[in-house]
Amino acid sequence: MSRVEIRVTISSDQDIVLARQKGRSLALELGFSSGDATLIATAISELARNIVSYAHSGEIVLKDVQGSNRVGIAVTASDSGPGIPDVGQALRDGFSTSGSLGLGLPGVRRLMDDFEIVSKPGQGTKVGVKKWRP
Amino acid sequence: MEVPILKQGQVLIATFQAALSDADLNQLRSALVQQVVRFRSRGVIVDVTAMDVMDSFASRTLREIAHMIRLRGAETVIVGIQPEVAFAMVQLGLTLEGVATALDLEEGLAYLNQKFKTMN
Repeated sequence: MSRVEIRVTISSDQDIVLARQKGRSLALELGFSSGDATLIATAISELARNIVSYAHSGEIVLKDVQGSNRVGIAVTASDSGPGIPDVGQALRDGFSTSGSLGLGLPGVRRLMDDFEIVSKPGQGTKVGVKKWRP
Repeated sequence: MEVPILKQGQVLIATFQAALSDADLNQLRSALVQQVVRFRSRGVIVDVTAMDVMDSFASRTLREIAHMIRLRGAETVIVGIQPEVAFAMVQLGLTLEGVATALDLEEGLAYLNQKFKTMN
């Protein structure tokens, strides 16, 4: 069950800043340490950047996750862009097609606890990540 | 949001604010390179103490700034990377290879002054 749901439309570099700021505030509200909030904000920044670079527009949704004995934050980044033809390749360090550092997705996976990705060529990409409060 | 650039002797000091967009970072890159030429500066300090997040784009831009400025014959030092930001950068796999870093403004100035001495 989630109590909070924050939606941020991503269509420009300004929205990347907005999404990560909202993510940091929510993480702090949920009781994450400032260090963990920085990790979460950094992951959101990378996910939002992928939307702007590859799909031009999309959405970041931030939610709390209330487990039976734990609390976490869930971040979903979705777009209806070109999709990723080879997800396995995109998850390996050093892979990039837009001239970025190509560390986006594997890095995000290291920053967060849970990581899920669904991508269909021509239809879009949805990345869902979670971090649990220690 | 423009990043203010201060001139102090041979050194230019740029102080980042918390919420810099990609466009702000690009603007800073051009402004710094231009001002290094204009003031014949020998050193640049980029103070990122206030930066909340250093993602792949910000790291790449900082590296580009340092390399461009080196091509102009001046030195760049990045100062004030916060411990939690450093931790997130390492997790993300970001490095500032080939770029000098220092704890704070004071250490950054000391580093540049040392460099200037050996250059003379």
